[in-house]
Amino acid sequence: MTELDRKQQHAPAPKDWTYAPAPESRDILRIRESYGHFVGGAWLDAGETYTTISPSSEERLAEVAQGSDADVDAAVAAARDAFANGWSALAGSERAKYLFRIARILQERAREFAVLESLNGGKPIKESRDVDLPLAAAHFFYYAGWADKLEYAFPNRRPQPVGVAGQIIPWNFPLLMLAWKIAPALACGNTVVLKPAETTPLTALLFCDVLRQAELPPGVVNVVTGDGRTGAALVEHDGVDKIAFTGSTEVGKAIQRQLAGTGKKLTLELGGKAANIVFDDSALDQAVEGIVNGIYFNQGHVCCAGSRLFVQESIAEPLVEKLKRRLTTLRVGDPLDKNTDVGAINSAMQLEKIEALVQSGVDEGAEIYQPPCRLPEKGYWFAPTVFTNVAQSYRIAQEEIFGPVLSVLTFRTPDEAVEKANNTPYGLSAGVWTEKGSRILWMAERLRAGVVWANTFNRFDPTSPFGGYKESGFGREGGRHGLEPYLRFDE
Amino acid sequence: MSRLPVKKTYKLYIGGAFPRSESGRTYEAEGQNVAHASRKDARDAVRAARAAQPGWAAATAYNRGQVLYRLAEMVEARVPEFAELCSGRDEVERAIDRIVWYAGWADKLPQVLGGANPVAGPYFNFTIPEPTGVVAVLAPDEPPLLGLVTRLLPPLVGGNAVVAVASETRPLAAVELAEAVATSDVPGGVVNLLTGFRGELGPILASHMDVNALDVCGSDGERPELERLAADNVNRIVHGRADTQSPWEIASFLELKTVWHPIGR
Repeated sequence: MTELDRKQQHAPAPKDWTYAPAPESRDILRIRESYGHFVGGAWLDAGETYTTISPSSEERLAEVAQGSDADVDAAVAAARDAFANGWSALAGSERAKYLFRIARILQERAREFAVLESLNGGKPIKESRDVDLPLAAAHFFYYAGWADKLEYAFPNRRPQPVGVAGQIIPWNFPLLMLAWKIAPALACGNTVVLKPAETTPLTALLFCDVLRQAELPPGVVNVVTGDGRTGAALVEHDGVDKIAFTGSTEVGKAIQRQLAGTGKKLTLELGGKAANIVFDDSALDQAVEGIVNGIYFNQGHVCCAGSRLFVQESIAEPLVEKLKRRLTTLRVGDPLDKNTDVGAINSAMQLEKIEALVQSGVDEGAEIYQPPCRLPEKGYWFAPTVFTNVAQSYRIAQEEIFGPVLSVLTFRTPDEAVEKANNTPYGLSAGVWTEKGSRILWMAERLRAGVVWANTFNRFDPTSPFGGYKESGFGREGGRHGLEPYLRFDE
Repeated sequence: MSRLPVKKTYKLYIGGAFPRSESGRTYEAEGQNVAHASRKDARDAVRAARAAQPGWAAATAYNRGQVLYRLAEMVEARVPEFAELCSGRDEVERAIDRIVWYAGWADKLPQVLGGANPVAGPYFNFTIPEPTGVVAVLAPDEPPLLGLVTRLLPPLVGGNAVVAVASETRPLAAVELAEAVATSDVPGGVVNLLTGFRGELGPILASHMDVNALDVCGSDGERPELERLAADNVNRIVHGRADTQSPWEIASFLELKTVWHPIGR
């Protein structure tokens, strides 16, 4: 241990730093009393409705429509009509210009979207402002450029649009997932029926106003809100040619079963239980930042979250000490406060799930650590949590928690790290921390995961393909590869 | 007086060996008694494939290409025998040429299917194709040799291990091909060939939790049920065609891995 490390070890954690509240203003928002479905470029009156809230305060935000079979039917019909009468025949260069417009408008209205995203979903404004919004706009900008270049992306394959795409997205990155779905679909000449997550519909509904401003032809994008029943109706609908789903592995499997034998195209981006592997030669302070970013980013509501930390035995103690100390500096609280690091849990249901799994960890014998932090009284909250003394068989090491909960395990050799990391039905992402270049590539080759972050974690980019191995799903989003799910080929 | 020929026993090909079905069953096809593979045979084949797959994937692409080229050489050496078991010499020659065509793809895939991604930040980011793992193939009935070769080579060249179910009615070309595979330096277990009833073997392989992808080319009415079973472990479903060749056929048995690394002084 160096002199510096020794000093740091005994330094008191800066618990007493206080920040003045720095809330982002909500004045920019005009949330409507109620929303219908967005179908054929117009608002369809809601039949049954439900209330969408802010998970950080349980404040009621708006009434939202619970999509029925008839609503889905109308949306698919509008999408089919738009596909057949104009959109699919439109020159790629013109489709591109619509997408460029959307990207630009999202940039212009980024603050408004960021505030709404944090309000409806509970994520810190720092993240919605600096990650979700810039990436969503970039995604549209990236795929805009592909719209008139598809034959260069797939030479000799004569790429054609698939038709009507049904897209079902989760609540962890509501607008970003919308962008991941809609941008490539439209670039390839498809039309879309999108179902946002039940708990986070508001940015998707606000996005319909962007479509109005971009003058996108009616019916090219339709948004139907509701719970799982609405999603199931969309999956089952005969008029849909392709389903793209991001969500849990359980629901993904049900969708795959439902579509068996129908010939509909399908892509699934499902759960994960990523290994974040730290070797004894890594830059420890950087690794600690990476671990924190890996699991506490977006309250751990991230399918590729680094929820299993594998530390080489020789550094396990000092690393866990550093990590615990770092946790005491995380600010948990008001998502709209610009100093907040960890926001609210997205829903009461999710909080219940996290609490149950954390309890199972305690019951099975793991040692729990939570930094001292005062959680707000209203809303759904969970303190950043680290489990040590975890066995591979524990539920907290096996199941996706989808919350700010880290399980720490150890290993001795690179082979053991690979063996343990791959010992999961999931295969979405993995992290490796070491200063040895050859070991990074050796590990990257052996980790059965669609994305490997070396000496970094949770990086995303529209040019970078993202998607899983094994039960984390199939198909890629992002990059040239992200076009393929939205095309058929006349070979 | 003419010599009595020594007749062949048509057996399974599992883990580089030629066992009879552990069930002791045979059925008659094309005038021969052919092994009637059981559930246990299918599971043994998957286990052999899983054990052999990492080694095959770890071989250099150049090496995999040469081994598959060697397979073409072995088939070429038996053209008359194969010709009798399919539609004739023309089909055998097309099958050989298809093996050679795919052999040449082994060391070109990452350049065509992968690439470097220009992310907006100080990171080096690249995407490479990797094998999905163990692939189950239901071979088509027609053409008996070329159809099997068409479905076998794409997963193989990509570094997967394969469990193939031969055509139920025309299995002899498949058994002959297994003998060519066995003498071609393809490591034991990388290709496994089952003969028997597709209606029995299909669901066993589709629902097997250690199979990563399923090519339903040879299935017919049972396809929805197979696809339903395959969803239990999010299998990749491939609707292969009996006579086609393309690098995209290989791609459907590959995963894409993206690696990020910071750039800095």
